[in-house]
Amino acid sequence: MVSVRGHYGAWAVALAVLAFLLLFLVIPVAQVIYVAFQHPNTGAFTFVNFVDFFRNALFRESFFNSLYVASMSVVVATLFAVPLAYFTTRFDFGAAALIQTLGVIPLIMPPFVGAVAMQMIFGANGSINLLLDEYFGFTIPFMEGLNGVILVQSIHYFPFILINLAASLQNIDRSMEEAAQNLGAHGFRLFRRIVFPLAMPGYAAGAALVFLKVFDDLGTPLLLNVNNMLAPQAYLRISSIGINDPMGYVISVILVAFSLFALWVSFFLTRGRDYAMVEKGGGGLGRRELGPLGRLGAWLVVLLILLIVLTPHIGLLLLSFGTIWSFSVLPDGYTLAHYEEVFSTALPYVRNTVLYAGLAALLDVVLATAIAYIVWRTDVPGRRILDYLGTAAVAIPGVVLGIGYLRVFHELPVPFVGTPLASWWVIIVVALTVRRLPYALRACTAALQQVSVSLEEAAFNLGAKRLRTVRRIVVPLMAGGIMAGFVTAFATAAVELSATIMLVARESDAPVAYGIYVYMQTAAGRGPGAALGVLAVVMVGVATYLSHRFVERGRRVEEADRRLAVAQGA
Amino acid sequence: MNEVQAHALHGRAATIQARRAESIRLEGVSVAFGEQEVLRDVHLEILPGEFFAFLGPSGSGKSTLLRAIAGFGPPPRGRILIGEEDVTHKPAWARNVGMVFQSYALWPHMTVWRNVAFGLEERGVDRAVIRERVGRILELVGLAELAHRRPSQLSGGQQQRVALARTLVVEPRVLLLDEPLSNLDANLRVQMRRELKELQRRLGITTVFVTHDQEEANTTADRIAVLDAGTIRQVGPPVELYDRPRELFVATFLGSANLIPGEVVAEGAARVFRGPDGLQLPVDGAEPLGRAWAFFRPEHVRLGEASQEANGMLFRGVIRRAEFLGAHVRYTLAAGALELLVDAPHDPNVPMVAEGAEVRAVVPTRLVRLLRA
Repeated sequence: MVSVRGHYGAWAVALAVLAFLLLFLVIPVAQVIYVAFQHPNTGAFTFVNFVDFFRNALFRESFFNSLYVASMSVVVATLFAVPLAYFTTRFDFGAAALIQTLGVIPLIMPPFVGAVAMQMIFGANGSINLLLDEYFGFTIPFMEGLNGVILVQSIHYFPFILINLAASLQNIDRSMEEAAQNLGAHGFRLFRRIVFPLAMPGYAAGAALVFLKVFDDLGTPLLLNVNNMLAPQAYLRISSIGINDPMGYVISVILVAFSLFALWVSFFLTRGRDYAMVEKGGGGLGRRELGPLGRLGAWLVVLLILLIVLTPHIGLLLLSFGTIWSFSVLPDGYTLAHYEEVFSTALPYVRNTVLYAGLAALLDVVLATAIAYIVWRTDVPGRRILDYLGTAAVAIPGVVLGIGYLRVFHELPVPFVGTPLASWWVIIVVALTVRRLPYALRACTAALQQVSVSLEEAAFNLGAKRLRTVRRIVVPLMAGGIMAGFVTAFATAAVELSATIMLVARESDAPVAYGIYVYMQTAAGRGPGAALGVLAVVMVGVATYLSHRFVERGRRVEEADRRLAVAQGA
Repeated sequence: MNEVQAHALHGRAATIQARRAESIRLEGVSVAFGEQEVLRDVHLEILPGEFFAFLGPSGSGKSTLLRAIAGFGPPPRGRILIGEEDVTHKPAWARNVGMVFQSYALWPHMTVWRNVAFGLEERGVDRAVIRERVGRILELVGLAELAHRRPSQLSGGQQQRVALARTLVVEPRVLLLDEPLSNLDANLRVQMRRELKELQRRLGITTVFVTHDQEEANTTADRIAVLDAGTIRQVGPPVELYDRPRELFVATFLGSANLIPGEVVAEGAARVFRGPDGLQLPVDGAEPLGRAWAFFRPEHVRLGEASQEANGMLFRGVIRRAEFLGAHVRYTLAAGALELLVDAPHDPNVPMVAEGAEVRAVVPTRLVRLLRA
């Protein structure tokens, strides 16, 4: 730790960051929780709102539906992820690159974008069921009500389990497995008694993340017209009954509580039981060649999952190029008209998105760099609080943040603009900033930790003051991580819907995600909505690719540095 | 681990029932990772009850050979026999060969007790018997009180004991140890290697261990196989390998060596080794002609006593370096084109030879061996 005393600059920055986080994260969320426990008429502290909530049949149903959908999504996502993770880490059969791609493809499409396309393919009158009905005389209710939400969500979020589980499996020291074989274990017993327990933390972390994401998600149920779940109920109560209806707040508290619970589970399971112990023997399970039959089977499983995972993408493309697509396996004809419409009328959405997501991502990396530096390189008292607050946003569902902003800022006029802060477009940027800060913070912290303190000390030693050192030494060395943080924040902010949908005051302020939502409400709007969705996917895809490149490059530089250090040491 | 426990380990080893010791025979074993051959045509017989070491630098294939015996790594060519049984194509889990891993490979999600019980459970041993045998082996390694700890709560030495107990409790046919002492600190290492040897003696189990540390191999093993670049260079008891290395690699890998390049030529009926600077050494008449190295140990060279040893190789040179190593002083002697190492026992009453001094040195002919590269 560099401890240079008398640096009021760091103090000032820390206070500014703290003020931002208090104003736009702590106070709105605290307000939401406060209102949930406040009697609607008297204002006194009470549990009556919660009692009312559970007395209402619709809310009870929504609560259990949300729990059911989140749990089932974890189950279905597990079915996708476990074979893939196991195949890549265990067998050499040439599909590793494909499986890695599988791990990214779903993430570049926000689930709500693909939801309608999934209807077209898996729905009651979708391609699959039409074919099934024609040839076999039966249909499968893939998309009926909650099933649809579960399918869409698990396709979208299974990579969280895949990535975490594969990493866990790769980190198991090979001798752990060999020791068990040496003592007589093999086959499924070996998997059950040694391999799976050792990979459990990674699996659980991924599963908890899926649960949390699905439990909080607003866009997908809304687009699938499934309203009897918690997040949609919160949105509908606030948007139809009004900002004073306590039910929206009660639901928010429940959402936050379950988010925290899922995060705690994930944290508890990974922390303190860190089994990542790669030793000299080499990490990962012993790899095996597959026989021809096994190879065929493995490829079939991988391709089947790939097909399912690509369904939303395929459906979206078809929808965006199709003329009329109704009660038929494929669209009746193909046209560019939807793209024409998007480019002639929907460009403001794209412009808004680039503006909002760009500003938010920029603000994110500035905040994240400041927080990381203050936490890791200064001795400002209580600096950890910034880190906790910055990360805590992960546990706050978009709906809750949106409700909090509406509640706190709807009567706060912005000078010279004339509208309340809650309906000024800048609030959308702020919401996106807060929502994506954890991603940027993680990237910047990792980048900073790779910059050796002695590089800074050398600069101090040569007479540079702190701010100049940060500017000339630290930030340039962190550049890769900062870029990765920026791009990740941008990509995820560009397609965020749950907070935005509550904060968009007029259509001219709306970003792409909102535009897609509006288009998808009507049958006629599906084509242009899909075209807009394709644009969004391309945007996010490019950004994700860039982010990977930055991370990769950072890793290569780091690798080169290490080799240099070794060479000099030797 | 404390003294009491160390004592306990010695005392109770006899309570473990040793099965009949078995031999290990390797017949033309080769192992390749893809294109790269890491072991080539290894032939070796390890006798029942022997404490045997694979010694070699990293990359020599010693660990690969050990793992092949346990059934890990790519399937080898040739045959591996344990006792009379050919296990070459048996899977690792069916061999009943005990192996202690370098990292110990204790499963972090199980307690010490569960770790140790694992092998017996896999063998379907009766619960009561498991309880009794696990208890007994944990007593033996002095860890009975720590049975319900997790491996992460144990010290390095304790972890190694658990790994050993976990392997021994299933009464394996032979015991394989992969660099068993490398994860311990220096003091513990010396203590543990004595204990290992003691335990092996009492159990009488055929044991093979892999090490790159010659001192470790010399002090524990009955016999050593020196490996380099995928082949066994020489097999023998430690003393024999040290005194009578058959080739350059063995001579230099075990201890320090002086090597003088030269040639064996015929002089009439006799044969003579000719080195640089007119150096001559009469050699056995059966010695083949051609390039060779004269090899001798630094401690066999004596300074300034040329007259007393008529039958020796004589050198004249300047002391370049004198390094005091406690028990002896290591001199580097520049004699013409040669640089020789000379170890002289330290005697507090005899002053060290100063750097730069001109000296004579002699090595008795009987302590010089001819080696081929």
